[in-house]
Amino acid sequence: MGVTTGNTAGADKDHGARVLGEELADKGFLLTTTDDIINWARTGSLHWMTFGLACCAVEMIHGAMPRFDLERFGTAPRASPRQADLMIVAGTVTNKMAPAIRKLYDQMPEPRYVLSMGSCANGGGYYHYSYSVVRGVDRLLPVDVYVPGCPPTAEALVYGIMQLQRKIRRTGTIVR
Amino acid sequence: MSEATEALKELGAHVEAQRPEQVAGWHVTGDELTVEIRVSALPGFIAFLREDSQCAFTTLIDITAVDWPEREPRFDLVYHLLSMRRNQRIRVKCPVGEGELVPSITEIHYGANWYEREVFDMFGIVFTGHPDMRRILTDYGFRGHPLRKDFPTTGYTEVRYDETLKRVVYEPVSLVQEYRLFDFMSPWEGAKYILPGDEKAGEEKPGGGEG
Repeated sequence: MGVTTGNTAGADKDHGARVLGEELADKGFLLTTTDDIINWARTGSLHWMTFGLACCAVEMIHGAMPRFDLERFGTAPRASPRQADLMIVAGTVTNKMAPAIRKLYDQMPEPRYVLSMGSCANGGGYYHYSYSVVRGVDRLLPVDVYVPGCPPTAEALVYGIMQLQRKIRRTGTIVR
Repeated sequence: MSEATEALKELGAHVEAQRPEQVAGWHVTGDELTVEIRVSALPGFIAFLREDSQCAFTTLIDITAVDWPEREPRFDLVYHLLSMRRNQRIRVKCPVGEGELVPSITEIHYGANWYEREVFDMFGIVFTGHPDMRRILTDYGFRGHPLRKDFPTTGYTEVRYDETLKRVVYEPVSLVQEYRLFDFMSPWEGAKYILPGDEKAGEEKPGGGEG
C-alpha cells in the first residue's frame, strides 16, 4: 500500500487482545466508550448494496468470492437498499439510471456510505464526453471513497472498503 | 473462387431473377452477399427471402442503418439474415431518405420489433405498422438521434441532483474539461510531419560525402 514513513501499524493488537482477555477473566466485564463500540459495530457490519452496473460488477463479485472474501470484514451483500448501509456504485451510471440510483440512495437508512468504484463512476471515465452517461456519480450522491481503476481489481475494492472502515472509525458518527 | 462465393453468386442471381423489379443490384465481397433493394420492395422482399425454398432466410440477425450526411437519400437501412437450412447469410441494403416512412417487417420476423425501435432511436427512421414505435435505449424525453453524424457527441443535456429541489434535474451540457482533439499526429501513431528542429534531418548534406 505504497511507501509509508514511520510506524503506522499502531498498537500491537495481539497484546491488546491478551490484555482484554485477562481483564475479562479477572473482572468479568469490559469498559469502553459508546462511541467506540458503536463505531466498532458499524465498521464490522457494512451491508453493501449490490449495485453492479457494468464490468466493475464482476470485480465486485470477485471481491465477495472466497479468494478475497469481503465477508471476513463483516460485510454482506444485500439486494434491498432498506437493509443496506453501503452503496458500492460499480460501473457506468447513465442519465436514464440517474433518478433510480438517487431513489435507491434515499431509501437507504442512516448512516449510509457510498463507495464509487471504477473510472466511470468516479468521473465518467471512458464515457466522459458521451451523451448518455453521468460525468461522475458524485453529481448525484455524496461519495465517501473513490476506488480508481478500469475496472479496479478486487484487491483495490477490498482496500477501498478498509479505507472506508478507517474513515468510519475516525469520524464521530453520533450526533450530540 | 471459393465454393462459398460460387454459391452466393448463384443465390444473388436467383434473387435477382425472381424479383427483378425490386432488386437494384447485388455483389459478393469477401464471401458476403449484399443485395440492394428499393424501399418500395419492403416488406415483400424480406417475406420472399423467408418463403422462397432456395433462400429460406428464416432467421433475422440484425437491423441497423448507416448515415451518409452528404448523400441523397441520406440513410442506408441494413438487414442481416441467416438461412439455417442453406447455411448462408445475406445482407439487404435499402436507401432511405430523411423523413421517409419505412414499412415494418415485424409481421414477418417478430424479432424485428426491438431492432426497429433501436434504428428509430439512433437514426430517426420511422417504421409504419410497428406495434410500439418509441425510443428504446436513450433517456426519457431525449432530444436528437445519437448515431446521426450531425449529432454532437456530448448531447444537449446532462443530469445532476439538486439539493434544494430534492430531485435529479436536467441542464444544458457544460464541460469542465477541455474536449480532447485527436489529430492523429502523435509520433506513436506514425505521423509523417517534421518535428521542430528536425527540418534538416532528412536532407542530403551539401557537398555529399559521409553524413
